[in-house]
Amino acid sequence: MEKESTKKIYWKGMEQLTNDAEFVKHAHQEFAPGPEEDLGHSRRDFLKMMGFGVAAVSLAACEAPIRKAIPYINKPEDTDPSIANYYASTYTNGGDYCSIVVKTREGRPIKIEGNSLSSVTKGGTSAQVEASVLSLYDNARLRFPRVADNKKASWEELDKAVIEKLTAVGGGKIVIVSNTIISPSTKAVIEKFKSKYPSTQHIQYDQSSFYGMLKANEESFGTAMIPSYDFSKAKVIVSVAADFLSSWLAPIEFTKQYAQTREVGEDKKEMSRHYQFEAGMSLAGANADYRTQIKPSEEGAVLVQLYNLLAAKAGRASVSGGVDKPNLAKAAEDLWKSRGNALVVAGSNDKSVQVVVNAINDILGSYGSTILPHLPVNYRQGDDQAMANFVKEVNAGSVSGVIFYNCNPVYDHPMGAELAAGLGKVQVKIATTYKEDETASLADFIAPDHHYLEAWNDAEPKKNHYSVAQPAITPIFKSRAAQESFLIWAGETNVDYFEIVKNNWKTWFYKSGNFQTWWDTCLYNGVLELPVEATSVSFAGDVSAAASAIASNYKGGSGFEVFVFENGTVGNGSQANNPLLQELPDPITKAVWEHYVTVAPADSKGINFKEAKTEYYTISINGKEPVKLPVLVQPGQTPGTLGIPLGYGRTKAGKVADGIGKNVYPLIGMVNGSLSYSVAGATFEAAGERYQIATTQTHQTYMARQTVVQETTLSNFERVDWKKEFQPKIATWKDPNHKVAPEELSLWKGHDYNNHHWGMAIDLNTCIGCGACVVACNVENNVSMVGREEVINRREMHWLRIDRYYSSDAAVHDVRGLEEAAENPEVVFQPMLCQHCNNAPCETVCPVAATTHSTEGLNQMTYNRCIGTRYCANNCPYKVRRFNWFKYHDNRQFEKVNPAMNTDLGKMVLNPDVTVRSRGVMEKCSFCVQRIQNGKLQAKKERRPLKDGEVITACQASCSTGAIVFGDVNDPESRISKLLKIAPRNPERPNGIDKLAGNPRAYQVLEEVGVKPNIWYLTKVRNKDA
Amino acid sequence: MAVTSVIREPLVTGGKTIKDVSHDISRQVEGKPTKLWWMAMAISLALLGLGAYACAMLLWHGIGVWGLNKTVGWAWDITNFVWWVGIGHAGTLISAILLLFRQRWRMSINRAAEAMTIFAVICAASFPGFHMGRLWLGFYWALPLPNTFGSLWVNFNSPLLWDVFAISTYFTVSLVFWYMGLIPDFAVIRDRAVVQGNKIRANVYNALSFGWQGGAKTWMRYESVALILAGLSTPLVLSVHTIVSMDFATSVIPGWHTTIFPPYFVAGAIFSGFAMVLTLLIVTRKVFKLEDYITIYHIELMNIVIIITGSIVGIAYITELFISWYSRVPYEGYAFYNRVVGPYAWAYWAMMTCNVISPQLFWIKKIRTSIVATFVLSIIVNIGMWFERFVIIVTSLHRDYIPSSWTMFYPTWYDVGQYVFTFGIFFTAFFLFAKFFPVINMAEVKSIIKSTSEKK
Repeated sequence: MEKESTKKIYWKGMEQLTNDAEFVKHAHQEFAPGPEEDLGHSRRDFLKMMGFGVAAVSLAACEAPIRKAIPYINKPEDTDPSIANYYASTYTNGGDYCSIVVKTREGRPIKIEGNSLSSVTKGGTSAQVEASVLSLYDNARLRFPRVADNKKASWEELDKAVIEKLTAVGGGKIVIVSNTIISPSTKAVIEKFKSKYPSTQHIQYDQSSFYGMLKANEESFGTAMIPSYDFSKAKVIVSVAADFLSSWLAPIEFTKQYAQTREVGEDKKEMSRHYQFEAGMSLAGANADYRTQIKPSEEGAVLVQLYNLLAAKAGRASVSGGVDKPNLAKAAEDLWKSRGNALVVAGSNDKSVQVVVNAINDILGSYGSTILPHLPVNYRQGDDQAMANFVKEVNAGSVSGVIFYNCNPVYDHPMGAELAAGLGKVQVKIATTYKEDETASLADFIAPDHHYLEAWNDAEPKKNHYSVAQPAITPIFKSRAAQESFLIWAGETNVDYFEIVKNNWKTWFYKSGNFQTWWDTCLYNGVLELPVEATSVSFAGDVSAAASAIASNYKGGSGFEVFVFENGTVGNGSQANNPLLQELPDPITKAVWEHYVTVAPADSKGINFKEAKTEYYTISINGKEPVKLPVLVQPGQTPGTLGIPLGYGRTKAGKVADGIGKNVYPLIGMVNGSLSYSVAGATFEAAGERYQIATTQTHQTYMARQTVVQETTLSNFERVDWKKEFQPKIATWKDPNHKVAPEELSLWKGHDYNNHHWGMAIDLNTCIGCGACVVACNVENNVSMVGREEVINRREMHWLRIDRYYSSDAAVHDVRGLEEAAENPEVVFQPMLCQHCNNAPCETVCPVAATTHSTEGLNQMTYNRCIGTRYCANNCPYKVRRFNWFKYHDNRQFEKVNPAMNTDLGKMVLNPDVTVRSRGVMEKCSFCVQRIQNGKLQAKKERRPLKDGEVITACQASCSTGAIVFGDVNDPESRISKLLKIAPRNPERPNGIDKLAGNPRAYQVLEEVGVKPNIWYLTKVRNKDA
Repeated sequence: MAVTSVIREPLVTGGKTIKDVSHDISRQVEGKPTKLWWMAMAISLALLGLGAYACAMLLWHGIGVWGLNKTVGWAWDITNFVWWVGIGHAGTLISAILLLFRQRWRMSINRAAEAMTIFAVICAASFPGFHMGRLWLGFYWALPLPNTFGSLWVNFNSPLLWDVFAISTYFTVSLVFWYMGLIPDFAVIRDRAVVQGNKIRANVYNALSFGWQGGAKTWMRYESVALILAGLSTPLVLSVHTIVSMDFATSVIPGWHTTIFPPYFVAGAIFSGFAMVLTLLIVTRKVFKLEDYITIYHIELMNIVIIITGSIVGIAYITELFISWYSRVPYEGYAFYNRVVGPYAWAYWAMMTCNVISPQLFWIKKIRTSIVATFVLSIIVNIGMWFERFVIIVTSLHRDYIPSSWTMFYPTWYDVGQYVFTFGIFFTAFFLFAKFFPVINMAEVKSIIKSTSEKK
């Protein structure tokens, strides 16, 4: 009973109690059937569907963007994936020219190198040339023809409308405006256009005009031409405000010639002496042996004085005027001693000044020696008068049609604003630019030209020196050669510009043999050079008239003198939308992404320029719009002068350049019938606004650290009998009086390099600091551009930098004083990159062994392995390691400043052989390991040893002066081994890491730290008396 | 029946009995959190939240949110790392070395000091983590784990790797030591909970005490383990900061490349650790009314340790200056010249004032025994020790060999945020500890109640 009472029975429901048949049927199931069952969905189904749904939604959410990759179904001939092709071509930008070789990968140009077959540029390049490959992939490029109101149009529509309009002009004046054209075929095309529209006038102008020189030479020699210069023959060079290493006429040519005269050593004990008289610190001035500060208004007077000094020696009549300046008498003395091997150049665009220069060179016998008038150059043909008249005519309404052929006068002509205002009166306005600009935006029709890398063309930089431009890529957009446009508008039927160039060359230059073979050779070489007859000229200029013109035109007067100049980065501004140039540190100021006014320290007393913190100042010139710019304190600048770089203040150049700085072309005046790049009588007032300039270097002196920079003078070097002058020594515990060279001490035995041992030599004497190598390195190695803000944060990514140091007047022990640059300092440039230390301090501290030593002496970086502790960078004595602080690729934050990694178009420039580094990893110079590898593979394929000179780093290839030599120091026959006079320290271990450099100029930076770098520097030698 | 030594200061005042000890300490754990505690906790959590935001931004955008640059690759991150590691040292010193030296005054402070050690090491360890460019890979690539990369192994030459071992060993030993000491005390709380009828607490603390029963044999084993761990920890007091100092000493950077660093860093670590212990305990004894257990005498003894270590540090600073001149190495000479009069001279002199001059005030008994003065000076010392690391790291890096790379370092809000984050961790953990764990080692204090406590 008791049991029963505890045995309670519970029912699930009435159905169980009544044992309902329906209930019994489903009793074994866990859940009673519900309405879901009827619909055919179980709980499991629900879970399945939910699971699928969640998975599908999350998958859909993280779906990768679709990227189209088109395989080669029919592989183009000569295009092998991963094999580079090279095409000889020609860089032209207005009158700037360079014969180049374009490296393409899978049909995309990715790198530009110099063409060593050209006797003009001799394989040299410049920063602008190196950077121009990125301009091909500029997002501001025009993608299709445009007609009125910027409407997208087809070429047929555009041509029809243009021809209609041009015909409607009737006999009205049509003007073709261009920069200097050095292409004979293009000029022929323009002639054809002119014959169809006879009222056409072709006007050339140059951003940096040489009209004064053309006129001076016309007066002196009877022909308006610019001669070739040969700096290599000059033993004494005097330059009055001509920055011939950076912007004056043909810097690529001149740097090469100049460097030849600057090489010095046991085997060549002579070098040129270079005097520079200038206002701002230019690249040429920075390399000069003697530099004198003058004002722009004194340029003419200095030359008159020099003329008088030399005329006295030569027994010629002196002229009135002249002003004495330090070093001027000495310069005259040296010039006179080296007459026949002397050269005087001046940057002035004033006819009178250039006549005086011609007279001086005539006295010195430079013509036929350092100046070659029989070999005129075509770089600058601009006519300042014609251009000024044109602007006036436009405003007067007497011009009916204008075609801007790849030029941008609204921006880069002093009268640009006037021109823009008057353009409304012109019936037809056509622009053929390849990318957006200020002038094209005012045109009715835009007929986009190809980028030069997409186009056929030719060039005649010098008389009888020809260079051919061939496309390295199919046109990316719907552009058309401007020459074809001209021909179509002229109603021509034969408009294939390639055929035209080819036929022209056939007619003009081809003589005998198989034409196709001849033409192929021309294309292969890229250049065609025909002999030029040597002729002599006789000077017939009127020096005294010129001197009195100078005296009356340049009075100086009160206030500041403003001069505008092309700097070594964006130059005249035509390539300003190129981030490679914007982020290239200015060779002198080291500023990037910045526009500023350079001011002498004496004139900027109120500004403590430490860390490039500064203030805005307003520059007002009578009759001109005041310009407000931040001040950059420039040691070496003449007090009382203000220097402003051109090329900034673009408004329609594209995202990269727009809004940086002010356009100072309007400050250019007109003196003596030609453009004058300096103006006197300016006021300079604080605008009361603080500003931070972005610079890559904020400490200006090398603090008398002789182990960093070694320099001497030629006379000192002679005095020590061409022996090494300075060698750091270390006292040892054995005997404190016996000091040894640091290289003799090591904690380690060191490895043997049984195959190659890569090394580099950098000559501080021939390095002029231009920065072409920096751009070349950036392009070759996919180095990220980071933009102004990040440079202010001191995070530029450059693997190779050029350190620029000013000398200081302070005593060696005055550590505080050494921080201040001298008032007129000497300058030294030191390219600094990973030194590939044999005892690398970075390698030992990496916790994950991401940076290691190769069997060939390279310090290698394994990006995959790097976890980003930055310990290696801290422990690097040279501070050459660069950290990826952010994700610089595929990141909208950096789209504007780093289009090469953030836009589909820009990415085409990337070198597929080099990894794009991810966020959080360290990177640095690799000695272009991809090029080394390529060279080795090539040699291996051909079953032969690697030959010296087959592997050339990007920096070496771009260096016009040959300051960088890379090679195998294990190979006694290599160029580097011979240059440095390399010998093994221990004869029993010829391949050990310890190598002795017998060249007395060779030294290693921070030798006493004991890291045993694989880079040697060659001491800077100045040709000074004391 | 309490006995008081005639020559020694009593270590426990107020005539406490063994029962009082259990009651006074456990009462914090058993009672409801006070308003003050809630406020403190809220502030800590706010700091933690703010810091977590800074961390999230750091992880999302990259190290670039900090103010570091191409020349100064470490600044606040490693400064904070060394600072926190240093702070931790006092706990180990108190619990291990003072145990071996049979310093009984350590008994009422070692629990909190050890807790501080553990939390400080956690804070410290966060910096080497967050400062990595690729934290997600660093976690396992910095460890010598077998992998599928072939012969790829960590670099045993790297001081950073030594750090990984040093810090992880230190943390493990400290944690075990600390927890072991807590076991008998957890058992006390459990026993009291059983009596009070709070089943949840009884179960939780039973689990935490691993079912401690307090048998004689258990006590014997407990004491043996304590001695063994103390023996293990003792070299760690010296080794951890020695290895941390080698991050700098083994480098080639002037101002870092210094053989004096290991002893100098250890002294500095104990110096800052004691200062931090004082800061925390002065607050804790007040809030939890433990004045009878953490007496002025305790504070005075710790202040004496601060005078000694502060003086060692001072001598080290002066030695560095002397050697930099005596060596005649121009870079070395400039590095120290630049410290003293360069752009970061303010940091150097802040360090000198806080670390060398201010602790000398403790020679005066009145200051040494003043709670307010001690509290203020303990904070000053900690500020000074932060500056010491900042001076070593940043002034050495910002102007080293090649003048073209010389630059300044400017911290951003994210540098500050990361520091705030560790304060958030530290105080959150410390307040949780103070509320839920017995802040004074009851078992040990009870052992001295009979011998060195004050008579009622």
